[in-house]
Amino acid sequence: MATFAELLEGPVVAINLGLSMFAESLESQGVEVVQVDWTPPAGGDLELAELLDQLL
Amino acid sequence: MASGLVVRKNQYYDSVFLMRVNRRLLEVRGVQRSAVLMATPANKKLLAELGFRDPQIDAAQPIDLIVAVIAETPQIVEEVLGRLDEWLQPPEEGAAETRLHRLEEALARKPNANLALISVPGEYAAREARKALEGGLNVFLFSSNVPVEDERRLKEFAAQRNLIVMGPDCGTSLLGGAGLGFANAVRRGPIGVIGAAGTGIQEFTCQVHHAGFGISHAIGTGSRDLSDEIGGLTTWAALEALENDPRTEVIVVLSKPPGARTLSRLLARLQACPKPVIGCFLGVSSRDRPAGANFEIVRTIDEAVQGAIAVLTGQRQPFPLELSPEERERAAQEKARWGAGQKYLRGLFAGGTLCYQAQQIFQGAGIRVYSNAPLAPVHRLAHPDESREHTVVDMGDEYYTTGKPHPMIDGTVRRERIRSESRDPEIAILLLDFILGYGASRDPVGDLMDAIVEARETVRRRGGALTVVASICGTDGDPQDLALQTGLLNEAGAVVFTSSARAALFCSELLKQH
Repeated sequence: MATFAELLEGPVVAINLGLSMFAESLESQGVEVVQVDWTPPAGGDLELAELLDQLL
Repeated sequence: MASGLVVRKNQYYDSVFLMRVNRRLLEVRGVQRSAVLMATPANKKLLAELGFRDPQIDAAQPIDLIVAVIAETPQIVEEVLGRLDEWLQPPEEGAAETRLHRLEEALARKPNANLALISVPGEYAAREARKALEGGLNVFLFSSNVPVEDERRLKEFAAQRNLIVMGPDCGTSLLGGAGLGFANAVRRGPIGVIGAAGTGIQEFTCQVHHAGFGISHAIGTGSRDLSDEIGGLTTWAALEALENDPRTEVIVVLSKPPGARTLSRLLARLQACPKPVIGCFLGVSSRDRPAGANFEIVRTIDEAVQGAIAVLTGQRQPFPLELSPEERERAAQEKARWGAGQKYLRGLFAGGTLCYQAQQIFQGAGIRVYSNAPLAPVHRLAHPDESREHTVVDMGDEYYTTGKPHPMIDGTVRRERIRSESRDPEIAILLLDFILGYGASRDPVGDLMDAIVEARETVRRRGGALTVVASICGTDGDPQDLALQTGLLNEAGAVVFTSSARAALFCSELLKQH
């Protein structure tokens, strides 16, 4: 947990969810980043995913 | 001609990766058309438009991959589809067991994380953003097509936790020098900027860099933040943060015109800001809106840069956006080469805000311009693909980017449009913007160069000359090599500016002299 004010104080430590090119560009700038190879939840069925969220 | 397709169940890849695969497929000799995409409803529609129809496509789910090919012979189709595993091999794949698939896993691995960058398809984005906020992360939400009510809920939830949601549809932020999304390598310094538009922030920060100054933070808010539905929730949070940030000495707020109610509240808020503020709302003029001792409203991104620098240096000099005598002379020379009947401007933009700002400049010069993203509905093109008189096209618009890569990362669509515009005997000026930086194409000028050279040759063969006017948004620190990109354009005979506003002004000069 870091507030926005704390984020601006830095350094940025990022989790990249989706397009890997954004993680690559952060790495090239020396920013600490971890890539998540995201896939649609519950096989792409959003309603089912939300139902599962509520159960967990 | 032959066609074929393969559906791979439960194989998900991101859209940029698939774009790169598709580009490689199209390079295979004999392949005429191909599509490599996830089976979302929008992509299925796109496949139908491309001429691919098959019950397998109808049955596919958003988590299934579809690869479809049209080629000269069945052998080529078979060969391409047979080598699918090879095409889909990521360039540097980490060991499978170390790869993460869920936000929760990443949080466990990086408990000190303070930011989530989210670029998943829009329908899933709000869910992931909510999870990130619950995990204590600030959010940079690149995804678009997020429902406005989800945006509002996310931003309210973030505010309760002193977190921020930059986006949705947020292209650019620079936090303490770290460029998120599409951003340029700019110097750090005392100018803080808040922007609803990605390319607006890029243009602003690059010009600050060119002027020898620097940026403390650039905070993207997402394109809808200053609409009356959202009411500037992120802009307010960003303002407060920059007011309290010791490195920031002057604050610039950049946006297309905000919603009417939000604009009134915003102006009151900016007037009360303890630090000097420059507002640039492209279309809101200082004449009809009160500014204040510490608050100035300017018309263009260039004036915002000059205004911020004037605050820092204490030299308040007027900065009229005007051309130098040399630039006027160049305009006269260009114009002298036009053939009979050449009279119209065609602007093809990758940057939406730059397209919008150019229209403001043309309007100010009394030049009527049509667009797919017009200032006034009366100037909307009947069809985005069909130019009329003077036309500027925002090629990052949804019409051009649904299921296709943005022109900032792939030049294919703009290249084709340059070629088709050059066939119009009335075209006189081709206006282009090139956006460098992290995330952008590795060679934005090179991507379009063949088409530019061809277009000039097409017009020359008709006995005229095509004036190519280009602006480059980028810095000497960007991965694309600014000097090289500029050199390529100069070699091709283009008139090159480091400011999109000045490029538009140059076009106005050409058209006024007519």
